[in-house]
Amino acid sequence: MMDFIKELWLFMRVRKKFWLLPIFLMMALLGGLLVFAKGSAIAPFIYTMF
Amino acid sequence: MTVRILGVSAFYHDSAAALVVDGTVVAAAQEERFSRKKHDPRFPRLALEAVLSAGGIGLAEVDHVVFYDKPFLKFERLLETYLAFAPRGFRSFRMAVPVWLKEKLFQKALLKTELQKLDPGFDGTRLLFSEHHLSHAASAFFPSPFDQAVVLTMDGVGEWASTTAGLGHGRVLDIVREIHFPHSLGLLYSAFTYYTGFKVNSGEYKVMGLAPYGEARYLPLILEHLIDIKPDGSFRLNLDYFNYCTGLTMTNRRFDALFGGPPRHPDEPLTQRHMDLAASVQAVTEEVVLRLTRSLAKEYRQPNLCLAGGVALNCVANGKVLRDGGFKNIWVQPAAGDAGGALGAALAAYHGLCGGPRTPQPGDSMAGSYLGPDFSDEEIQRRLQAVGARFTILDEQTLIARTADALAAGRAVGWFQGRMEFGPRALGARSILGDARSPTMQRVLNLKVKYRESFRPFAPSVLREDVAEWFELDGDSPYMLVVADVVRRRRLALTDAQTSLFGIDKLNVPRSDIPAVTHIDYSARIQTVHRETNPRYHALLSEFKRLTGCPVLVNTSFNVRGEPIVGSPEDAFRCFMGTEIDVLAVGRAFLVKGEQDDLLRSDYKNTFERD
Repeated sequence: MMDFIKELWLFMRVRKKFWLLPIFLMMALLGGLLVFAKGSAIAPFIYTMF
Repeated sequence: MTVRILGVSAFYHDSAAALVVDGTVVAAAQEERFSRKKHDPRFPRLALEAVLSAGGIGLAEVDHVVFYDKPFLKFERLLETYLAFAPRGFRSFRMAVPVWLKEKLFQKALLKTELQKLDPGFDGTRLLFSEHHLSHAASAFFPSPFDQAVVLTMDGVGEWASTTAGLGHGRVLDIVREIHFPHSLGLLYSAFTYYTGFKVNSGEYKVMGLAPYGEARYLPLILEHLIDIKPDGSFRLNLDYFNYCTGLTMTNRRFDALFGGPPRHPDEPLTQRHMDLAASVQAVTEEVVLRLTRSLAKEYRQPNLCLAGGVALNCVANGKVLRDGGFKNIWVQPAAGDAGGALGAALAAYHGLCGGPRTPQPGDSMAGSYLGPDFSDEEIQRRLQAVGARFTILDEQTLIARTADALAAGRAVGWFQGRMEFGPRALGARSILGDARSPTMQRVLNLKVKYRESFRPFAPSVLREDVAEWFELDGDSPYMLVVADVVRRRRLALTDAQTSLFGIDKLNVPRSDIPAVTHIDYSARIQTVHRETNPRYHALLSEFKRLTGCPVLVNTSFNVRGEPIVGSPEDAFRCFMGTEIDVLAVGRAFLVKGEQDDLLRSDYKNTFERD
């Protein structure tokens, strides 16, 4: 995973697209929530977000 | 020191693997031929094993593995597109993003895991990524016979680019110009493929085949509303009419309103309107390609042009570029679609990253595109025996003589010989052959052998030395990627009643001495057969010519509708038993339908999902 984050950072640097960072972070957060949410107590929290 | 490079394309459509050793293309194959799933997008494990085995090496001996595109760049395009159109496209976003977050964004790790299954010691340092259109351009230039050339690639979309122009010189290849997504000639063609009721990414050939039945009545409408073509061939699409950026379809309601109705359902009959739509999008495509090639020819004053990318499979447009004369010589990569990206990625790494030298070969460096697996006589016999086939082993001369006799008698012949072709066309290694002179052959092959739409034309194989006698072409077209007309003296005059026929009714009117391969506009998608690259097929055509005076055969891929081209002797036997192919030649094994066990016949045509 560290490799992936490092490469993503390099990618943003080379492409000069740091503005993608907050989007990536949001996605990682939501993605993480969705994974955890399967059958867990976080599920209702996510549904209200949509 | 020997440099071995493996190219891989995967995860979208037409996965493939290619092995390049010291700049020589040793082997290349598509996964679908092994997995038996058409356009298989999965990691090409079987193809990879096959190309490594053809090279007699294991993955541990490979210096670099090169993937044909860059996943991060693609994801960037995806995100920026969704942002640009937000809040539209939420449904598509919701479907696409989880797939990316779960899988596609981690392609490097995925590739590493898959490659470690073949070589547990494989680490990421040997894994490289090429750009999608650089891979296409490399597949077009490096194997070409030219030392210098203009390189044009056109497809749906790669990372950002949908069209690129480049310059090749020796071992150096530079991309000098790009047109970016969402403006894409490939996607415009695919939009009409979708709208006329065919499958995107596979039905484009059908649209091209359908076009000659129609008139380009919608051309003014397309030029006025859908696309703005500049004099140099660059273009912009009017996205108001398309849905592919954010939706789950190619076109939208505004497109329907413009062309007078909803998209055709695949089961709906084809009407003159659909044929006119096909003719119109074909005309637009030709216009763009011709403007592009004319302006590039003028700007770079180069005699040579190389083409790749899915749009380069539009052999009708290629033929027009050739006849237009802007470039004296044209070379098209036979695997111009994404499968060829595997080969291009490997070649780009060899000549670019490794600085490997390049010596253009006369003809080209693709070995006739016969780059897939082959089977020894012993293996063929063993495999055929195992599936219960009844066959005779013939010597070379008798094999040629008996096959030519069968063809001259109007039989449909399965022809499985030597190394499998790389790319979408069957070129006389995995082919179904027939007599091009027969006025019923096209119908018989379409409806009883291939089980496909009756409007679809067949392509001719012709001896290279005789091509100018039969077609308005006097050059090489070894990969069936150039369309030219049948020469005038071989054409048959039509009666007034026949001339006035419309649409598919035109098909049954014989219009030349070789009606089975003459499309309704007298055109033919020509394969020139060369003794140097396929001696056995050349010998067969020569024998057929000796018997009949005609050096032309119908050559269609050895499969039924929806099936990948046969890859093994067993596949060939199954297809033979499930269709009305009369005779099958697998290597020197000769099979006649009447001699086979009837119990082995099967209802084959419904085995595969329709394309």
